[in-house]
This record gives sequence, structure tokens and C-alpha cells, in this order.
Amino acid sequence: MSQHYDPTKDISPSAAYPEVTFGTHHDDQSFYSKVKKTTIVLSLITIGELILGLYIYYLHKGEPSHTWVLFLKGVICIATLAKAYYIVSVFMHLGDEIRNMIMTIVVPLMLFIWFIAAFLIDGNSYRDLRNKYDPYFKYRTTEEKAPVKQHEGAEEPEHKSGKE
Amino acid sequence: MSTPVTATQTKWWSGGKSPFNLEYGKLMMWYFLMSDAFTFGAFLISYGTVRFSSNSWPDPNHVFNAFPFAGHANLPLAFVSLMTFILIISSVTMVLAVHAGHNGDKKGVVKWIFWTIIGGLAFLSCQAWEWTHLHAEGAWWGSNPFPNANGTVASTNFSNFFFTITGFHGFHVFSGVIINIIMLIMAQKGVFERKGHYLMIEKAGLYWHFVDLVWVFVFLCFYLV
Repeated sequence: MSQHYDPTKDISPSAAYPEVTFGTHHDDQSFYSKVKKTTIVLSLITIGELILGLYIYYLHKGEPSHTWVLFLKGVICIATLAKAYYIVSVFMHLGDEIRNMIMTIVVPLMLFIWFIAAFLIDGNSYRDLRNKYDPYFKYRTTEEKAPVKQHEGAEEPEHKSGKE
Repeated sequence: MSTPVTATQTKWWSGGKSPFNLEYGKLMMWYFLMSDAFTFGAFLISYGTVRFSSNSWPDPNHVFNAFPFAGHANLPLAFVSLMTFILIISSVTMVLAVHAGHNGDKKGVVKWIFWTIIGGLAFLSCQAWEWTHLHAEGAWWGSNPFPNANGTVASTNFSNFFFTITGFHGFHVFSGVIINIIMLIMAQKGVFERKGHYLMIEKAGLYWHFVDLVWVFVFLCFYLV
């Protein structure tokens, strides 16, 4: 820490510009309760995601409504973003940094909004075009059933048939 | 306690100090992690694009339903939940190691880094088991035995993306464990004590948390949705 700084012992760039300590980490008790709270929040969100994931699994045994499954998956995605926020903000201490520094990290990441939207829309469009102009693709991926797999013999080598 | 804050210290850009109040190495670690986020993002988005361009896709709940020593029991999501919790807990022990470093507590740093390494090794072992199991079922790069959710024959896209992305993440975990082992040895030998600060542990910590962060998204994309 800066007050222990001794130039004879450190020639790294950090010695030239020691960090100013704001004293945010000096209260041990509030630090531990914050870490504990974040751990519990992360665990609860993960358990919630698992419950939703298993619920989707259960729904797929019947004929679930496509919109409902999509909605549940959207909820899981938002829960994941919340987890990412907690990890970055609390565990990586980004929340305690100077605003300008946070912005140099967060603003470039905004590119992901375009990145995800553009590419997923592109994939979706490619599927629609193939279904429209390639009837064999459509038949192969929607109607033609795969040979039923024997679960008991999973270890047998004949299942590696696709490896050519 | 901390250095008394003088009036000039609020003028970050007037020179003589880091305008981001961040040590050089830590700042560069942040920018490296940002670029790494784009690398992982590009992998996961290409996976998403291919998945969106397919009429159907293998159901993860049918692919990932095994657990060590559980025989053929159908346990969807169980093993990967274990892996997720291992990584979250190892992230927490890393936070505690960084905190011990703030306090200049060498014993604490060594103890918590040690547990973080154990967590990392446990995760890698789990992944090794999962890969071995899937390989035994016939899945590998260029080979996918699992049918699509609608019953049609699946392409090899599923296993190609799965092994590439979890492999790339596993490689990050592996290098994180190596970095943590180096940190453990350096802390044990008193290198940071002589330097007077444990900023190196903070940089290793940032990397380790990032590995956990990426897993959150891999978990989402491959196992949950």
C-alpha cells in the first residue's frame, strides 16, 4: 500500500504512481458481509436458473408453448447478466473504480449489443432462406427421424460411425 | 491507514498521478480481459448464429445427464451445477486472498490462494471427466452421436462448438491455476512482502474472476438454453 512505499524496493511502474487509497477496504466487517451477501446472491440466482432449466426440461416431455419456453429462456439470460454484474462489480471491484475508468471498459462492451443482435438475426435469416429454397434441408432437419439410439450400449464403438 | 487525501488529488488529469487511480498492470489486465471477453463473445456468438440457422438442435438435458459413479441414472444439469458452484466458491476464496493482500497478511494470502488452486483443480478434474464421458459416448470434434430435439439427425456443429468453447475456457482455467500456483510460491517466499504490496495477487485475482465470469456464459449457452 502507498504509505509503505519505499523506492529502493520497487522499480515497477506501480512505484511511480502509487494508487490513492480511499479506505474502502479497511472496514473488515462490512467487507466480509458484502462478500457473504454477494456469494449468497450468486448461489440463489444459479439455483433459480437451474430450477427454470429443469422446468423447461420437464415441459419438453409434453408439447410446450414455444413462446412460454422462449420467455423462460429470456428470464435465464437476464439472471445470467445479473450474475455477471455482481461478479464484475463486487468480486472484480470495478464498482469501486473511478467512473472514467469504468467507462473505458463498459463503453467498448456496448459493441456486444450490435454483435449479438446482428449475428443472431443473420443466422435466423439464413435458416429461413434455406427452408424456403432448399426443401431437402428442410426435410432432413424437420421430418426425417434419426435411427433410435440404444442407451444401454453407449460404450460400444459402433456409435462412432459419424467420425470419417 | 490511508494517505491523507489532499485537495489536489481530485484533479485526476493534472499530472503526477494515475488519472484512473489504478496501477499500470491492473489497468492493462482490465484491457486484456476486455479483449478476451470479445474473443469468448465471438466464439459464443458464432455458436448462437449456427444454432439460429438450424431447424433443430440437440437437447442439452439429454446430452449432459450423467454424473460420476451414478451409472446410467438420468440426472440432467446435476454435474454442471456442481462445476458451476465449484467455480463460484473458488472465486470467493480469491476475493478473500486479495483482501488478505490488502491487509498485508501473508498467511491469509497463502491460505486463500491455496484453496483457490484446489477449486481450480477440482473444476478441471470435473471437466476432464465430462469430456471423457462424452468421448466414450462417441462425441468428439467431427462426431456427434446425439440426435436433434425434434428427432432428426444432428450435424456435428453441436460437438464442434461444445469442445472448442469449453476447451478454450478450460485452457483459461488451466493457465489461471498455473498463475495462482506462481502467486502462491511468490507469496510464500515473501516476494510481495519485500515489495510492500500485493498488487500482483489483485491482477491474478482479476484474471481468475474473469474465468468464472466466462463460465457463467458458457453455462448459459450450452447447458441452460
